[in-house]
Amino acid sequence: MDAAQSRPAVSLLRNPKTRSVVYQIALCALVGYLAYLAISNAAENLARAHIAFGREGFRFWDQTAGFDISQTLIDYSMKSSYGRAFWVGLLNTLLVAGLGIVFATILGFAIGIARLSRNWLVARLAGLYVETIRNIPLLLQLLFWYNAVLKALPEQLADSIHVPGGGYLNRRGLFLPQPVFGEGIGAAVLAFVLGLAAAVALRVWAKRRQERTGVRPPIVGAILALVIVPPLIMLAASGFPISFSFPQPGRFNIQGGIEVLPEFMALLFGLVIYTAAFIAEVVRAGLAAVSRGQVEAAHSLGLRHWPTLRLVVIPQAMRVIIPPLTSQYLNLTKNSSLAVAIGYPDLVQVFAGTVLNQTGQAVEVITLTMAVYLTISLFTSLLMNVYNRRVALVER
Amino acid sequence: MPRVAICLAAVVSIVATASSAQTLNAVKTRGVLNCGANGELAGFGMPDAQGRWTGFDVDYCRAIAAAIFNDPNKVKFTKLTATDRFTALQSGEVDVLVRNTTWTSSRDTTQGLNFTGVNYYDHQAIMVRKSLQVKSVLELNDASVCVQQGTTTEKNLADYFRARKMKLKTVTFRGADEAIKAYDSKRCDAFTTDASGIRSEMRKLVNPDEHVVLDDVVSKEPLGPVVRQGDDQWFDIVKWVHFAMLIAEEYGVTKANVDEMRKSDLPEVRRLLGTEDNVGEGLGLTSDWAYRIIKHVGNYGEVFERNIGQGSPLKLPRGFNALWNKGGLQYAPPIR
Repeated sequence: MDAAQSRPAVSLLRNPKTRSVVYQIALCALVGYLAYLAISNAAENLARAHIAFGREGFRFWDQTAGFDISQTLIDYSMKSSYGRAFWVGLLNTLLVAGLGIVFATILGFAIGIARLSRNWLVARLAGLYVETIRNIPLLLQLLFWYNAVLKALPEQLADSIHVPGGGYLNRRGLFLPQPVFGEGIGAAVLAFVLGLAAAVALRVWAKRRQERTGVRPPIVGAILALVIVPPLIMLAASGFPISFSFPQPGRFNIQGGIEVLPEFMALLFGLVIYTAAFIAEVVRAGLAAVSRGQVEAAHSLGLRHWPTLRLVVIPQAMRVIIPPLTSQYLNLTKNSSLAVAIGYPDLVQVFAGTVLNQTGQAVEVITLTMAVYLTISLFTSLLMNVYNRRVALVER
Repeated sequence: MPRVAICLAAVVSIVATASSAQTLNAVKTRGVLNCGANGELAGFGMPDAQGRWTGFDVDYCRAIAAAIFNDPNKVKFTKLTATDRFTALQSGEVDVLVRNTTWTSSRDTTQGLNFTGVNYYDHQAIMVRKSLQVKSVLELNDASVCVQQGTTTEKNLADYFRARKMKLKTVTFRGADEAIKAYDSKRCDAFTTDASGIRSEMRKLVNPDEHVVLDDVVSKEPLGPVVRQGDDQWFDIVKWVHFAMLIAEEYGVTKANVDEMRKSDLPEVRRLLGTEDNVGEGLGLTSDWAYRIIKHVGNYGEVFERNIGQGSPLKLPRGFNALWNKGGLQYAPPIR
């Protein structure tokens, strides 16, 4: 008799292994059934109401949208399709989210570090900023900034503030000269890209050499020369093919040039100020997580303040900072959908707002909008995870 | 496992009841009518200082409730934005939508909605500051226009400018309040919505006297109550509530004299008030359904004058909304 047979027979019903399998199958079936139920129920109700569903429901995609959008990064007119309007909205969302992430990171790091400053006033001011901003709902802040931006700017076209270099600033937005590129610009861009590649190669070489010999070759001047000189030569060769289209005051509005909407400024401002407060706390926590002994050890090895920060404190702090920082980036992106309240044409305003309303395809439009936010978020997470893997503690 | 089975059964039964209910029966069982209303448009649909909903469209909801329950207060109003309103109706959150909603072909066909008629013939208009010294919309090339999202207004405006090869800068807001506020703070040169809506929104401006509504008619805007497709009985009820109010005005039946009129010998009035034939039966209502509407809410003319006409701050003229025999477009089929 072997060991298996000697065990007392357990009924199949009481066998923990069988049980767990049965439960898992039941749960799967339940979830699947509920999903099926939800979809078929929606399909049935929509069919009864004579609303197209599924593939048919996307027929509006190529139809003429027929409405105007105030900010378009790609060509769009009232004759463009609903599909085009979707891309316009998506790009507007990406623009405000992308710029928001960059500025919020800079401001957040500055305030987070300021909060740990030995200067009493600086530290307290940073603390005041964080506590005030964190505790007021973002929507209120956006409305405040929108009205503050509008009220602060001159209302009459004639009173517009002149921006040095030929721009205007008034209640309708910021209008800047738009660069117009002529022939020969391609060569300059190519020269810039090649110069940049050479600069990166030089940096890699210098780093290797430093690791081998302990001496760091001076390369800053060479890198600057590589990046700046070749494009300049190419530009000069083709006679500087850049001209500017200057904004001009018209009957009602400033015409021409690059237009920055006040709605965009208010949204960007609000998102940056709000998210920076959270990022500051993340940064403070990260810096505080590096034990004092690390700094003392670095000092005792003869490292000065800045190298200690750069080589010892920040790399260790980043391990703590990156994961919650990712969450803040995702929050900022999702919060940008509050744009609807202040009239900035982001994805939710254009697509889940006007397009949904004109076509009535609620299920399709909302599903697609959710899928877009999910994709943006997952992609941001992916990038941050890759970065996190690089800075994470390497255990040997 | 029994727990799972019970859970499943529960889910199935909920789904089943939600999809098979007839609107009238559902309203009767619930004991209250769910009505989608504007909530921000004085004269058409807005809660007053005491929180009581009043307005031209609101009175239509009250009239439907009066016909069903003999009580105009058995209405639960849901404030809906222009963007949310159709989804709320399609999903069954409200039974009827009376929210100055324009009748268009796409809404009537592909969006699963049915318009029961036109309770207000309107047109889209544009308001500008007097200081701009603009006489016509044609002078507004390249102007910024503030507009509310999710309305026919957005597309009409674009159409109007496109047809005349004029440039346009639209600034779109989710709510009417935000749009009019942005216009008032000079973010835009012009503000557009239905002419009746402009009269109402104007009152929210800091200095209404500094603004003028241009004469140009941007588009036709027939406004009316909306129901879901697929329930003919409910469609008939909402449609005939409007007609009953028109017929009452046509024959001079008012809130004040409706009891008196019950003794009338006029066949049309007798059929309307249920003293002869039983029109209500065909609708699934009682024979005195129309009597209840007039008694509690009033006829079309009374509802109009009280909320948006001479008896109101808006003072809108009857215009196209006069009865057919007074030079207007409001016309009800005979009740028989």
